[in-house]
Amino acid sequence: MDAKKVLDLAKLARIEIGYEEAESLSHEFDAILGYVGEVKGVSKADNLKLKADSFPIRNIMRNDKDPHETSFYTENILGQAPAREGNYIRVKKIL
Amino acid sequence: MIPDEIRVKDKDIHAFLEVFNNPKSYGNGLLSGKTVAIKDNILFDGHKVSAASKILENFFATYDATVVKKLKEAGAVIIGRTNMDEFAMGSSTENSAFDVTKNPYNLKHVAGGSSGGSAAAVAVGMADIALGSDTGGSIRQPAAFCGVVGLKPTYGRVSRYGLMAYGSSLDQIGPLAKTVTEAEILYKVIKGQDKMDSTTISDETYPVVKKFSKTIGVPRSFVESEGVSSEVKQNLIESVEKFKSLGYKIVDVNPPNLKYVLPTYYILALAEASSNLARFDGIKYGLHVEGKDGIDDYFKTRGASFGKEVRRRIILGTYVLSSGYYDEYYGQANEARRMITRELRELFREVDLMLTPTTPSPAWKIGEKSNNPLEMYLEDIFTVHANISGCPAISLPSGFSDKLPLGIELTADLGREDNLFVAGKEFFGE
Repeated sequence: MDAKKVLDLAKLARIEIGYEEAESLSHEFDAILGYVGEVKGVSKADNLKLKADSFPIRNIMRNDKDPHETSFYTENILGQAPAREGNYIRVKKIL
Repeated sequence: MIPDEIRVKDKDIHAFLEVFNNPKSYGNGLLSGKTVAIKDNILFDGHKVSAASKILENFFATYDATVVKKLKEAGAVIIGRTNMDEFAMGSSTENSAFDVTKNPYNLKHVAGGSSGGSAAAVAVGMADIALGSDTGGSIRQPAAFCGVVGLKPTYGRVSRYGLMAYGSSLDQIGPLAKTVTEAEILYKVIKGQDKMDSTTISDETYPVVKKFSKTIGVPRSFVESEGVSSEVKQNLIESVEKFKSLGYKIVDVNPPNLKYVLPTYYILALAEASSNLARFDGIKYGLHVEGKDGIDDYFKTRGASFGKEVRRRIILGTYVLSSGYYDEYYGQANEARRMITRELRELFREVDLMLTPTTPSPAWKIGEKSNNPLEMYLEDIFTVHANISGCPAISLPSGFSDKLPLGIELTADLGREDNLFVAGKEFFGE
């Protein structure tokens, strides 16, 4: 991986990094990906035999009722926002 | 210990990010009169909680985590929030944005991580007990390095409502204590199904399929992995002898895909981290760094306020989830996860517990591994299987190497914390 690729990924991740950091990360990433890439050796064929019960995944839904009292958390939560206007979080113009 | 005494005692260790001024008891119960330290990623209403990150340096919890609510009801006195690797990403507490926690046994060495502050606080008696969180060993590894007991419960056993998410399919809150008995009491206080966390399990989720028969499996070829120090191997042999003398049957086991645990773990954890940490945008809460427009605010805020390791993990996580590489990395890691989980569950039909060292070496010198992230990741070799499979695991102090503590780890089948407590108490003669 080269520095340019790291900069592209950082852009996707919405993180500003400098060229120097991208350059050093690129070498680390090569080492880390080389190691974690060992999972490519796991055979999917073996896995087809797995029974569902060995790895249960299930959706859990709750009833859409009994909400907390309106505005119960509003002040606390808006109080943490960097910029506020009334009961809204203030953001910059997009267009 | 009153807050000022703790602060004095903590001056050289830096276990705490904050010792609360007027700690109090809110109720009466199993933990009446006990002081508890909580890791800085657990929400305590009205108190600062930063995950040891600059991005949350001035963030205040807006509600109590379920575990905090349970601590209050049980009469515990919450005395402070403990240092950690930023967002729990690390194995040494060196990645905290604020301080490095020192190993109480040798201040030049790390306390382990990411719950290094909680482990050190318990080790020197600044707190009776503590809570940590464990995504890949973050309770058990610092417990081993600081000579205390640390438990990662079964996935879903303890509610994570009010725990800052890192790897949501792996994270679990658990206790650190001086003895197995105390860890068990704290575990009993915090466990239980919670409607605020849909991943929590009930007592019926994992029916008991095997009666406890004092049988322990040791995966010898796995323990012989490259990089495991000779003191650690020797210590394991001594621990095996001790279990034998207590009437345990020791058998060799060899789950073939254990060799994939670390690659599997890091792919999953990085992927989930990149997704979970997307919420920090400088808009809703936390630090905001001004950019030239809306999207530039994101770049500036996240670039300036995430530490190096957090940036590294988010960017790598973005890579393993990107369309060209998804199948090769994330897809394969999920396959490997299923294999490892199946193998461990099958193993626990034959044995009650699996025994390994907790760490491949004792606590390293501060700074020794900071420039080599891969080397740091390899330190988690013996702990991540429990998070991948969801199985509970406990680290027990098992001796010393050059005056630094060592730990052994027992892993049990899903839902079988009871086996860990029985064997742990017998190991110590509690």
